[in-house]
Amino acid sequence: MDLAFFLIQLLNGLQYGLLLFLVASGLTLIFGIMGIINLAHGSFYMVGAYLAWSLSSLTGSLSAAIALAIPLTVVLGMGLERLLFRHLYQRDHLYQVLLTYGLILVFEELRSLIWGDDVHGVAVPELLNYSIPLTENLSYPVYRLAISTVCLLLAFGLYFLIQRTRLGMMIRAGASNREMVQSLGIDIKLIYTLVFALGIALAAFAGMINAPLSSVFPNMGGGVLIICFVVVVIGGIGSVKGALIASLAIGLAETFGQVLVPEISGMIVYVLMAIVLVWRPQGLFGRA
Amino acid sequence: MNETSATAAPHRASGEVLLEASGLHTYYGVSHILHGVDFSIRGGETIGLMGRNGMGKTTLLKTMLGLVRPSEGQVKVRGIDMTHAETHAIARRGIAYVPEGRGIFPNLSVRENLLMAARAGVDGQREWTFDRVIDTFPRLGERLNNGGAQLSGGEQQMLTIGRALMTNPDLLILDEATEGLAPLIAREIWSIIKTIRRSGIATVIVDKNYSAVMALADRSVVLVKGRVVFAGDSNALSENPELMHRFLGV
Ligand SMILES: Nc1ncnc2c1ncn2[C@@H]1O[C@H](COP(=O)(O)OP(=O)(O)OP(=O)(O)O)[C@@H](O)[C@H]1O
Ligand SMILES: [Mg+2]
Repeated sequence: MDLAFFLIQLLNGLQYGLLLFLVASGLTLIFGIMGIINLAHGSFYMVGAYLAWSLSSLTGSLSAAIALAIPLTVVLGMGLERLLFRHLYQRDHLYQVLLTYGLILVFEELRSLIWGDDVHGVAVPELLNYSIPLTENLSYPVYRLAISTVCLLLAFGLYFLIQRTRLGMMIRAGASNREMVQSLGIDIKLIYTLVFALGIALAAFAGMINAPLSSVFPNMGGGVLIICFVVVVIGGIGSVKGALIASLAIGLAETFGQVLVPEISGMIVYVLMAIVLVWRPQGLFGRA
Repeated sequence: MNETSATAAPHRASGEVLLEASGLHTYYGVSHILHGVDFSIRGGETIGLMGRNGMGKTTLLKTMLGLVRPSEGQVKVRGIDMTHAETHAIARRGIAYVPEGRGIFPNLSVRENLLMAARAGVDGQREWTFDRVIDTFPRLGERLNNGGAQLSGGEQQMLTIGRALMTNPDLLILDEATEGLAPLIAREIWSIIKTIRRSGIATVIVDKNYSAVMALADRSVVLVKGRVVFAGDSNALSENPELMHRFLGV
């Protein structure tokens, strides 16, 4: 493997990892703070991708589609929290798994009704549709670099929000003692609605920006969901920092695995998870 | 009837009824805990709420704060019916709660525990700032970056009280603030409670140290099996060994 090829794989692995982080961070927040196992999280990734496709065919621009789709997914997230998820906080995980599995089916059915069952491609925005040459016959697409940059900015933003702002303190406090937060005059329900909507919007946003690379197809949320649960387990439930590190590790492991040991590449992330769990059952940054 | 503490700071709306419960009945499942309890506290006043284990003191406090719902009766905050209001809305009307068992956030640092609660009082003033709380609790100042879980019991208690003060309350409710603390530390907490009281904040004090409570309280309320058996001048209770024995077993 020469240097340029290695560099390309490295960038691909990081880009994939950062994208996973967008989906997994919401999953880990919703799990860690509200105690909700949300199997439908991958469906929001799919909804984001389909919105990107349909709105960009409508407006002729992916950026415009994304600008329209983000508020839609925030509203969707807030609405679902108020209507459904709010009633699951105090319940057993079994109820959560049942309801959110049902939601997956609902989302797939709605997707089929609204958008059909075909596979669609989404064009890379004109402005970013070129490649940087690395060697004579290897180059790297700028769109991927752009995605990685946006994801990195969002990761820093999320870290800042959770670790450095008062809202972040309230969110973390709510994870440890909800009644106490309320007793201090803080509207924890509103905060939960916001956190939920944020998690949903991040997953959907990941689907939107990745649509030109992955294309848009039925059941596309399923694979993402499973790998994101692996991320949450490795990183430690509720830890955004853990989710970032685990996402990057998985992104790199999968990417290099496919190049170096393609026969067993499908197993690598699960082996990684098993090793981490034996060593630290609570995950890298989980609380014991 | 003037039950307002003479030490109340003049700028506070002393005399206004801050919190008033009437005819509260509260159940946990099928167990009937409160049997028609009345309670009220005015601005600047200090009330000792006493009773042996399991008599319903904590349940009364939680019911008034909206953490537990009464099946009957009414809770008014500053004259407004808030029986069905959410806890945060009740707290926002100037009430701070230091719960039994403290309730610090172990996953937040001492600094964060304090800052997350910061808020102006109902009058829009911020008399209790981060700096003033740290001045009042110098031990916390030395441990600002420690996680809440790394504090000693006494420090945790100071943190919960300091955090409650960050909300600039007119009424501070302290449930067993000295429980499980070494005598020296407990004395420190009592002296802090005195300071708070002197600053004009009304206080409800629940504590097993009855003589300390009655020495501070303008009025005392005693619960036996979810009923108010005594409500009145603290001296009338402390000077009556017969009542003390019958109601409190001492
Ligand atoms: N969550 C609960 N579920 C069921 N019963 C409860 C619950 N909390 C308290 N109780 C019962 O209600 C009664 C009153 O309890 P409460 O905590 O109000 O008493 P207390 O006066 O505060 O006692 P202590 O001095 O021990 O703190 C007790 O018999 C207690 O066992
Ligand atoms: Mg109690």
